[in-house]
Amino acid sequence: MSKPIYTIAVTGLNAIDSPGPGVAVIRGLREAASFDVRIVGLAYESLEPGIYMHELVDITYLIPYPTAGVDVLLDRLTYIHSREKIDIIIPNFDAELYSFMKLEAKLRDSGIHMFLPTFQQFEERHKVNLSAFGERYGIDVPEGISISDSSEIHKHADKLDFPMMIKGKWYDAYVAYNIEQARTYFNKIAAKWGLPVILQKFVHGTEYNVTGLGDGEGNVIAAVPMRKQFITDKGKAWAGISIDDKKLLDLTTRFVGATKWRGGFELEMMKLSDGRYFLMEINPRIPAWVYLAVGVGQNIPEALALLALGQKPEPYKTYDVGKLFIRYSWDMIVDRSEFENFSVKGEL
Amino acid sequence: MKINHNLAVSESGFLFNPGSGESFTVNPIGAEIIAMLRSGKSRAEIIDSITQLYQVDRNSFEKDLQDFNGILKTYNLLEKDE
Repeated sequence: MSKPIYTIAVTGLNAIDSPGPGVAVIRGLREAASFDVRIVGLAYESLEPGIYMHELVDITYLIPYPTAGVDVLLDRLTYIHSREKIDIIIPNFDAELYSFMKLEAKLRDSGIHMFLPTFQQFEERHKVNLSAFGERYGIDVPEGISISDSSEIHKHADKLDFPMMIKGKWYDAYVAYNIEQARTYFNKIAAKWGLPVILQKFVHGTEYNVTGLGDGEGNVIAAVPMRKQFITDKGKAWAGISIDDKKLLDLTTRFVGATKWRGGFELEMMKLSDGRYFLMEINPRIPAWVYLAVGVGQNIPEALALLALGQKPEPYKTYDVGKLFIRYSWDMIVDRSEFENFSVKGEL
Repeated sequence: MKINHNLAVSESGFLFNPGSGESFTVNPIGAEIIAMLRSGKSRAEIIDSITQLYQVDRNSFEKDLQDFNGILKTYNLLEKDE
């Protein structure tokens, strides 16, 4: 029996030292057992490498940054849809999710499906609200405070103590060892990502992450825990290994069950020497290392696409333990005309 | 001295703890001791075997085994009740 062919649009085609998840998501979609795909890339910049990976991406369109507003994005998506007949969009950036969530109903009316967290889920797991989230669901999280003025650092320094984490509301995190460093990082983050900035108690331990998928009804469709084996200076995993940790999986089940999480997610955890886990962050989307999950037997992008289409994929129950992902950056040779085409016409 | 039953041990002396994702390497004697632990041998039986097989006096090996036990414990490679 021939498989259906879906046209799936994917963002996050960038690959700086903190790479976007788009290319990994596309690899998962290309390996889907239940459907074939035609991939439409959605890029914000003409140097996002995924644009030029023609073996993975069939065509790419430039889309406006979230700051341009949802109406501008809707116009652009409507145009792209008129050309490509998109079945599903998988947004992969935290900062763009809000716009796509706002457009979810409108896009559904035009036949484009997505499977995103609800506004409530998106907001309550936000770094700014993580302390309240931990309290509400009985999950250990490091103490944190959101501030909008660097003079407030002094006020909280005694309570949080140094070293202290200084985090942006979307991205970036630094360890500050004294108040001067904390102020410097505050200003750096505020200038780049805006306010508030989060001060968080530093928790010393080993970093573990879980990527998974919730069906919106409290069920875990997929969950793969990973230990970071090699970490970049941005704190991103450049290599990791799948592990079998019941505590982490139980915590994931509790998280999905309590929040009725809808969509892909990544839980960033810190394991203390006494074996306790602290939840450091919840990313409301598929992470860049998702291909490890695909490689160990849980094709999260495929299951997410099926959920978006209203189907009920069978929950994954097992995965291979002890498999590594080891990332590599790859220099592609691209003709100037391709770059020119995308830069001028906004499509390639 | 009971080795963590989940631990994956290869003949080359590569150990992988699937619960934590940590991996270690041990030298051939270490691998031999771990194999004995996995087969359920007691501390006394391990001391007997090694001192019979290799030129090492009992006191020195007992001390080395104690150190090895400490290392296994530090890295959570022993069963919790150890």
